[in-house]
Amino acid sequence: MIRTLRILAANPLSLLGLVLVCLITLAAIFAPWIAPFPTHNGAVVDFLNNNRAPSARNWMGTDLVGRDIFSRILFAYQISLTLGVVVLAIAVPIGTMIGLLAGYIGGWLEMILMRIVDVFLSIPPLVLAIAMMGVLEPTLTNAMLAVTAMWWPWYARLVYSIARGEREEGYVLAAEVIGASAGHIAFREILPNCLPAIITKMTLDMGFVIIIASSLSFLGLGVQPPTADLGSMVAEGARYLPDSWWLTVFPGLAILIAVFGFNLLGDGLRDVLGVDE
Amino acid sequence: MSALLEIKDLHLGFKTLTGQVDVLHGIDIDIATGEKVALVGESGSGKSVTARIVLGLLQETRTARIKGTVQFAGQDINAMSARERAALRGTELSMIFQDPTSSLNPMFTIANQFTEVLRRREPKLSKAASQARATTLLDEVAIPDPARVLGSYPFQLSGGMNQRVMIAMALANKPQLLLADEPGTALDVSVQAQTLTLMRDLVEQNGTSVLFISHNLGVVREFADRVYVIYRGNIVEDGPTEVLFANPQHAYTRALMSAVPRITGVGLPEVPELSDTFLAPRIRHGYAS
Repeated sequence: MIRTLRILAANPLSLLGLVLVCLITLAAIFAPWIAPFPTHNGAVVDFLNNNRAPSARNWMGTDLVGRDIFSRILFAYQISLTLGVVVLAIAVPIGTMIGLLAGYIGGWLEMILMRIVDVFLSIPPLVLAIAMMGVLEPTLTNAMLAVTAMWWPWYARLVYSIARGEREEGYVLAAEVIGASAGHIAFREILPNCLPAIITKMTLDMGFVIIIASSLSFLGLGVQPPTADLGSMVAEGARYLPDSWWLTVFPGLAILIAVFGFNLLGDGLRDVLGVDE
Repeated sequence: MSALLEIKDLHLGFKTLTGQVDVLHGIDIDIATGEKVALVGESGSGKSVTARIVLGLLQETRTARIKGTVQFAGQDINAMSARERAALRGTELSMIFQDPTSSLNPMFTIANQFTEVLRRREPKLSKAASQARATTLLDEVAIPDPARVLGSYPFQLSGGMNQRVMIAMALANKPQLLLADEPGTALDVSVQAQTLTLMRDLVEQNGTSVLFISHNLGVVREFADRVYVIYRGNIVEDGPTEVLFANPQHAYTRALMSAVPRITGVGLPEVPELSDTFLAPRIRHGYAS
């Protein structure tokens, strides 16, 4: 672990990614304490200060009802990261399990599972999420559900392809020869060899989940006002471009930094863990 | 000497979409307790599938059609349930493979993998006890610094080291029968010779029977007490090693022996893919000795 971090830190880009991810995570966790206006996360109206350009009082300006954009961005990171973590925490185990079963056991199970995966993968991800959100109520929980539904097949396919390869390795046969059960071979022999790839993909995916979630709320299908969300903040301000540029530019930059950070970190991890694309 | 393994009239076929492909046409092999028997033949002659049947692995393949009996320690492996066969593997039966490095999981240390092997016999074995046992076992295979090797991952060790680790693991649970499928073919010749000597000494010490599968006649001659020559799923000749090597009778055995490259470089003879003489009936050498 320490060794991994040290190698990671040796590459300036990966280090930048690591620093950005740490900053964002800390900002999200400590948002209520760091934010200059902690109450501005919710339904607060301050018409005396509405739609102000960045100033010493409001570093990133204020929005249409006078809330501090910097504070709202910090709270929006909370939502984005929670969503990313929850989505991956559900999608990764499901996808991994299905990929392992299909890859190791093979036969009919492989056919059925992987064809289901193909069906999910054939639908453009955002379209699937939009369709689901259209049927369900637009809430944070449902947004997570929709994003999860489009995310697990990628893990199923990733783990499947690795497990297929590992199944032919000598140590799997050796384990069969000493009488190991199928469960032992799948989880104790093959799964550990899939982990570097899974961890790398998870890091890269955090960024993409944040984008997708923001896209959903940009379209009004995700987190609902007055809760702060990067996507809906951009959407709200888009009508007032270019005059009130701070309404969109800062939340947009916030998305960019988060995705950029996770991608750099993911790329770095890929090199360190020796995962080939 | 009683037979530990007795294969009688073993047939094997694989069902394919177009019909059945026969691989073994009724082979007989017996191995006494403590005996080292070699099964020699070219690629595709049916050596490795025989080992897999003895291990009870092919019985679980749905397309495999197996007939005949494989008596191991008085029980017919073909007639057992999958669970009973699994119970034999890793305890009474053990196997060593061609490529030692790929036979070890790259994600775990040697110590870790040793613990799992030892727990096949004694599920409640503590970590400390298994470490101690592993150290002794590695000592027996002449590994100079067992503590370092135990803490290493397979890719940090040389092929020869891994081979010794594999031998130590294969013999860790004192199996009655060891199947060696072309062990060390992936290693260079000097290391291969070293590890084979080591393996021979260990199995002789433990009284383990060995079914040694190989296409390398030189190695077989050094290692085995008795040799079976297999060709296209039939045993064509068998007998004690010295007798068979001194006086090969079957056309295929002779062809096989003439095909061994000489260090003096006299060239390689043409061995035909198929010849009528190779299909001549089986020759059994006497067991007078």
